[in-house]
Amino acid sequence: MNLHEYQAKRLFADYGIPVPEGRPARSADEAVAAATALGGELWVVKAQVHAGGRGKAGGVKLAQSADQVRQYADAMLGTRLVTQQSGGEGLPVNVVYVEAGSDIDRELYLSMLVDREVSKVSFIASAAGGMDIEQVAADTPEKIFTVAVSPSAGLMDFQTRQLAYGLGLDKPQSRQFADLVRRLYQLYLECDASLVEVNPLIVTKDGDVVALDAKINIEENALFRQPELLELRDTSQEDPMEREAAEHDLNYVSLDGDIACMVNGAGLAMATMDLIKLHGGDPANFLDVGGGATSERVAEAFKLILSNDSVKAILVNIFGGIVRCDLIAQGVVSAVKEVGVNVPVVVRLEGTNVRKGKELLRSSGLDIVTANDLTDAAKKAVAAAVSA
Amino acid sequence: MSVLVGKDSKIVCQGITGNQGSFHAEQCVDYGTRVVAGVTPSRGGQEHLGIPVFDTMREAVRETGADVSMIYVPAPFAADAILEAADSGVDLIVCITEGIPVLDMVKVKAALKDHDCRLIGPNCPGIITPDECKIGIMPGFIHKKGRVGVVSRSGTLTYEAVYQTTQNGLGQTTCIGIGGDPVRGMDFIDCLELFQADPDTDGVVMVGEIGGTDEEAAAEYIQSELTKPVVAYIAGVTAPPGKRMGHAGAIVAGGKGTAEAKFLALDAAGVATVRSPAELGSRMLELLG
Repeated sequence: MNLHEYQAKRLFADYGIPVPEGRPARSADEAVAAATALGGELWVVKAQVHAGGRGKAGGVKLAQSADQVRQYADAMLGTRLVTQQSGGEGLPVNVVYVEAGSDIDRELYLSMLVDREVSKVSFIASAAGGMDIEQVAADTPEKIFTVAVSPSAGLMDFQTRQLAYGLGLDKPQSRQFADLVRRLYQLYLECDASLVEVNPLIVTKDGDVVALDAKINIEENALFRQPELLELRDTSQEDPMEREAAEHDLNYVSLDGDIACMVNGAGLAMATMDLIKLHGGDPANFLDVGGGATSERVAEAFKLILSNDSVKAILVNIFGGIVRCDLIAQGVVSAVKEVGVNVPVVVRLEGTNVRKGKELLRSSGLDIVTANDLTDAAKKAVAAAVSA
Repeated sequence: MSVLVGKDSKIVCQGITGNQGSFHAEQCVDYGTRVVAGVTPSRGGQEHLGIPVFDTMREAVRETGADVSMIYVPAPFAADAILEAADSGVDLIVCITEGIPVLDMVKVKAALKDHDCRLIGPNCPGIITPDECKIGIMPGFIHKKGRVGVVSRSGTLTYEAVYQTTQNGLGQTTCIGIGGDPVRGMDFIDCLELFQADPDTDGVVMVGEIGGTDEEAAAEYIQSELTKPVVAYIAGVTAPPGKRMGHAGAIVAGGKGTAEAKFLALDAAGVATVRSPAELGSRMLELLG
């Protein structure tokens, strides 16, 4: 689950991590009021969306007067911001964050995540901050360094020193920085974060170390014990179909193709997409109905994939283990009858009660194409989509 | 022969009285697995499915001599269950539970270093030695005793590999689902090492997927250590980048982590890769003749 910058910065402030003063605003009037309350002569107006690359997309503006604050807030609010990471349709800007301007001396990069290679929470740091860090990693990987924290010993002083020296901070800055890093580590653990990213972390002209940006992702699997953070969820930033799917315990990801897939198991679902591509087609989605798929869930899944207008064919691929093929077949038949499917449906069933399942499909009188194996299924689905 | 589990393995099921635990423990018993004990705190002294239930793992192991734990405990309590199993002295822990917070697993993984035991999973189908011992949620009937070791990060894709090698007569020695979580117990290399040492395993089918660099590490290991043929498939060539993988995660991976990178590493290591998961079995048959 992603947090907005303004939510992340409030969390930073709660943990005593220095951030510039700022206020969220939902209208141009609120934005002006925020700027007035903040005082000073320089403000930054930032569109609050769940995507990086806002600056280049015009979602971060420097304002030198209250009029300019109004003008920028007005231009951003109620629109959709398209960034490199937002997808083609962009994301709705419902909130802008008005922040006091900062005098920047240096821009650094600092993030935290679980490094799966060492199974530890790790800091990633670079003196090349403020830029697209993936580009830095690709062009000059030597400018990025990592520090992994032992879960039993916790963050040690030598590690905060390693980070500070690596970033070229002087002695007073290092002291501030060490404090900030310790607080970040505490936040990461207590909030069950999966990513905390500060880009840039700045040194101001006065020599203070401040988090100028803040990105926090909370791990979905830990939300059961983070009720306060769960309330910060902004569903307007999520793909509506993916959100709908999650409500029915379905794992769904939208893609650009025209062959919808419904599969049990994440690995098999990915493999099914790959097979469609291998045989010349394009998958419209990833959909895992789960290991314990019931006929009701199959019906929900069908409704979901059919709400995508670009779908020209549907491929159902089920390997029945604990799940019985006859139950799946029943679900497919009732979904096709109930929803009224007007595109070809190709079904491949294998595993428990497969004969009964295939018999149910055959005797349903519906126009369902059965496939004998994985390859056959992919080829038939691609052929059906092409001729549709 | 087989690896890790066989007809002599004695299993204790943690969470046996829950829905999942109860259903799957019964399936395992039906397959012929020796499930000798169950553990559910505060249910000690009872019987469930005719199996004695204990309050603690130490007691269950002491009373029954169980050497493997199978865990179906719900995610919020699963990390505790894994470490209780390790503390009880079992040799192998198989954790089926899905959805354990990563930070819990970071702690578990570090704490397991204090114990002489192995962990399979979490978020996995489990492990099976056909006709001897099934520990997990896989459908037993698709397996057939035979010559191929199977190791996979995905559940249903493991079943595909199993089904294909059953259909073409090769059969399996042992199949291990190592699970899809980023921080987990055994990795590919741990399993490959066991299959290499097992005299009855003639070849290995390996199924990976996007994310992390386990497959790349396995490729290096296969090149230097394995004399047996390996067939590999990686799921997720068409998976959109950036989905589910955090921004900074891509930095650590540094260009690794994509299906393409994994295929390249495995190809370079002389592994027989297949671009279609439908060819896992047939490719293995070609290599083993």
